[in-house]
Amino acid sequence: MSSDDALAHASVAELGRLLARREVSAVELAQLFLERAAAHRRLNTFLDVRPELTLAQARAADARRAAGEDGPLLGVPIAHKDIFVTRDWVTTASSRMLEGYMSPFDATVVDNLARAGMVCLGKLNCDEFAMGSSNENSAYGNVLNPWDTKAVPGGSSGGSSAAVAARLAPVATATDTGGSIREPAAFTGITGTKPTYGRPSRWGMIAFASSLDTAGLMTRSAEDCALVFNSMLGFDPKDSTSIERPAEDFARHLAAPMRGIKIGVPREFFGAGLAPDVEQAVRDALRDYERLGAQLVDISLPNAELGIPVYYVIAPAEASSNLARFDGVRYGHRAATFDDLAGMISRSRAEGLGAEPKRRILIGTYVLSHGYYDAYFIKAGQVRRIIADEFQRAFTQCDVIASPVTTSVAFGFGEKAADPLSMYLADLYTVPGSLAGIPTMSIPCGFGGHGRPVGLQLMANHFEEARMLGVAHQYQCATDWHQRVPAGY
Amino acid sequence: MTWEMVVGLETHAQLATASKLFSGAPTAFGASPNTQASVIDLALPGTLPLLNRAAVECAIRLGLALGAKIAPRSIFARKNYFYPDLPKGYQISQYETPVVQGGRLDVIVAPRAGAPYAKTIQLTRAHLEEDAGKSLHENYAGQSGIDLNRAGTPLLEIVTEPVMRSSEEAVAYAKALHGLVVWLGICDGNLQEGSFRCDANVSVRPAGSTKLGTRVEIKNLNSFRFLHQAIDHEVRRQVELIEDGGRVVQETRLYDPNRDETRAMRSKEDAMDYRYFPDPDLLPLQIEPAWIAAVQATMPELPAAMRARIVRTHGLSDYDAAVLTGSRGIATYYEAVADAVPDRKAAANWVMGEVAAALNESQIDIERAPVSAAQLAQLIAREADGTINHKTAKDVFAALWAGEGASADAIIDARGLRQINDAGAIERLIDGVLAANPGPVAEFRAGKEKAFNSLVGQAMKATKGKANPQQVNEILRRRLG
Amino acid sequence: MSLKLDDVHRIAHLARIEIDDQQAAATLAQLNDIFAMIETMQRVDTTGIEPMGHPLGGGQRLRADAVTEQIDRTVNLRNAPAQDAGLFLVPKVIE
Repeated sequence: MSSDDALAHASVAELGRLLARREVSAVELAQLFLERAAAHRRLNTFLDVRPELTLAQARAADARRAAGEDGPLLGVPIAHKDIFVTRDWVTTASSRMLEGYMSPFDATVVDNLARAGMVCLGKLNCDEFAMGSSNENSAYGNVLNPWDTKAVPGGSSGGSSAAVAARLAPVATATDTGGSIREPAAFTGITGTKPTYGRPSRWGMIAFASSLDTAGLMTRSAEDCALVFNSMLGFDPKDSTSIERPAEDFARHLAAPMRGIKIGVPREFFGAGLAPDVEQAVRDALRDYERLGAQLVDISLPNAELGIPVYYVIAPAEASSNLARFDGVRYGHRAATFDDLAGMISRSRAEGLGAEPKRRILIGTYVLSHGYYDAYFIKAGQVRRIIADEFQRAFTQCDVIASPVTTSVAFGFGEKAADPLSMYLADLYTVPGSLAGIPTMSIPCGFGGHGRPVGLQLMANHFEEARMLGVAHQYQCATDWHQRVPAGY
Repeated sequence: MTWEMVVGLETHAQLATASKLFSGAPTAFGASPNTQASVIDLALPGTLPLLNRAAVECAIRLGLALGAKIAPRSIFARKNYFYPDLPKGYQISQYETPVVQGGRLDVIVAPRAGAPYAKTIQLTRAHLEEDAGKSLHENYAGQSGIDLNRAGTPLLEIVTEPVMRSSEEAVAYAKALHGLVVWLGICDGNLQEGSFRCDANVSVRPAGSTKLGTRVEIKNLNSFRFLHQAIDHEVRRQVELIEDGGRVVQETRLYDPNRDETRAMRSKEDAMDYRYFPDPDLLPLQIEPAWIAAVQATMPELPAAMRARIVRTHGLSDYDAAVLTGSRGIATYYEAVADAVPDRKAAANWVMGEVAAALNESQIDIERAPVSAAQLAQLIAREADGTINHKTAKDVFAALWAGEGASADAIIDARGLRQINDAGAIERLIDGVLAANPGPVAEFRAGKEKAFNSLVGQAMKATKGKANPQQVNEILRRRLG
Repeated sequence: MSLKLDDVHRIAHLARIEIDDQQAAATLAQLNDIFAMIETMQRVDTTGIEPMGHPLGGGQRLRADAVTEQIDRTVNLRNAPAQDAGLFLVPKVIE
């Protein structure tokens, strides 16, 4: 392996140490990753790359270090999912609606990491407006899974997961509304983490479903995630749903031993729909945890399977309203021909929005409409509370919950795209945690059919990210799935 | 068939806060287009609302003044519809759980015929919501220009029960509510600038019926006169329609003051489905009793309470009290004058008379009156103590208003306006007048009462108006027998 | 509960998305599948349960009433598809 490859495969923690020892500069790292991204354009992970800007940020980071500053993230490269607005890179949300859109402000998450000295490599492809589970819904083309380019990388954060899996970035931001971090992380064999709802700011994160959207990270390891969370998360007065809590070190429980930790295993997540190869890898991981001293506890989340219908009422409802601002009046795509004002708006939206956003807007408009609101939207909200309460009861019996992330390994392009419902059903195991707003993550735990990765889902109670990351880290100390890199990368 | 009208009013009062309801952009009127719209007001991708504390406090003040319930927990809801002046494609409002619930306002109604009477107007609710931007249609062929300065300005929407039975009642309520929101300092009440806008819900039914007819909403009436005319026109229209065999359609109409008619709004679809749902970007608004108590402690005496008090303790009529509490400025002014003079009725008359006329002529508010309450009080005192008569007092007032002197006394001295009160001097004066006017004297003695007035006039003229008129009258009567 | 083609057109109009008959027909089939799936949540008894709007609850924070924005109109209009004299231009709005 060349030294460049070694650098590209280094963790965020390791890169921080190398930068601190002046063994590498921010500019060198930026150049390395920009070259790698250019060499692997075929994966279609990046949408907007501006090398001059990236290098300017890198030079600034080196200058800060020369002036005596340090910090574990100073000069470390990062790429951002194109759902976060950025002042200096185009933001499209992978939609034609926002082609060429330049935001006058940065998302708080982007700003927090920039202030910590991270260097932006560019914006990453995703499913349009974060809606999808395969990154086949981008207006700018599919993202390929670096493990098997005939397979989807997952979605909606497919660009983020593929980029980190192929080591085109040591870390990438992403968002998770119903599984959009965990599922692609599982499909591409990396660590994807969604914190407690409300802990990362939503200011500057283009809204899909406001009560579910949560920013998170794709990283090589739980340790890297903890390190970056320390700068990324935190109260933001610009977001009314942002949670105010005392500062904490998300890495503080990484070394906590597994002995005595109770891992809840929900029986409903191991039903008939689960593919045998995925189940095998997940059960092997659970045995590994037992060997590490953890105690497996059988738990029940009886209504978790209703998470899908509940999610596909609430998320589209909120989305139908959040996407109403895309009308071609103040920004975004405007149709070239139309008869009148109503026609302009309708055609601009028809042309600018892809099939999946349109579908969800229609579902959402319907469930909010007069006569259906009580039976659908209110009902879904009630069942959501039931599901959330069941998690609370479960956490009295265990410290963390472990389950599969997906019902199968990554599927092939086109396999589910023609049948939206089958695509929605893929979110079965991830949606319940989203509805409850609890922190959840996916860590690689093996491989299944076609040599495609399998992920293990960990879930903890609100604000227990540090404990969850510690449980993940202990597994990653005892295994090396998270260090596997697809051939050629 | 006699018909009865049923009217309810929805009023939008723009709140006098420095910044908008959900953003830190300024709310001042009249700025250059799109210079007071922040990224939040423009609904740029990734923006989120932040609730303005002062706007909530305005709602609490209004709720307390109306004797309403302040909801301990209220919810912001999205009202979804598409319009170019509505950047998010939804308006953040309140639907099922508004911040103010119930309430009432006591008003005095001055009907066309008959004496003024009191009526209590029940309110349904008042809630917070954001205003939309503006579309401008001039100068753009086939296009409209959108200005979002107003988008996001805080509004209180105040809704009455359908308890008004005449346009006079509606106007009386609208004026009283207008006076109240200005009194409380929560709205500047500027009708021309759109700070206070009324929508009227109007229906008719046969007199004596208890069933409500189909109602029509007339939108955006921004003057009391238009409110009056629009309601009367709409009632006529509905009655004619029904009597001709037609049916009133539930719709929204606009009033055209030039033609004195209402017309249906073209873009309105019947029963627009707004798909209200709680705004997920905002948490429930919680108002603790401690906050309400703190606001209560800073509330001014309300106009109704002050009216009752000055009727009781100043001996004024209901009508006078209503006029004098028309605005907090006038009320404060009046009370300052009344407290400084022995005759409160005189204070009332001066404020309702000369002061009001001068304000109207100068087109200014009481806060900018050039004659202070203290100055007016001194002037009244000089009339009361006989230094000057009433006509002179009016001249002195005009001079004070024009800035001619620092006080009534200064002007009286400078112009030598002291009244002649010396009975002896007046007797001599009258002897002179009688001698010089034998004709009128004879006519008076012959029974013509009017001749008396002309003799009084001569006496006043001879003294350049400075003679004490009561004494002139008295002495003249004595002389003439 | 099954949607008809009319429903699709009506909802598309409410959502201001232009859609032709062919698209509406294709969407209709998909929507009906999805709504059949959504129906499954009806089997849970939710009597007396308060709908969950926010997963972590809490009350709304209040902001001090202060002007905090320095607004540059050129930035506001920068992404505008059509503008003139500081205004966003759209096809004529008819009341």
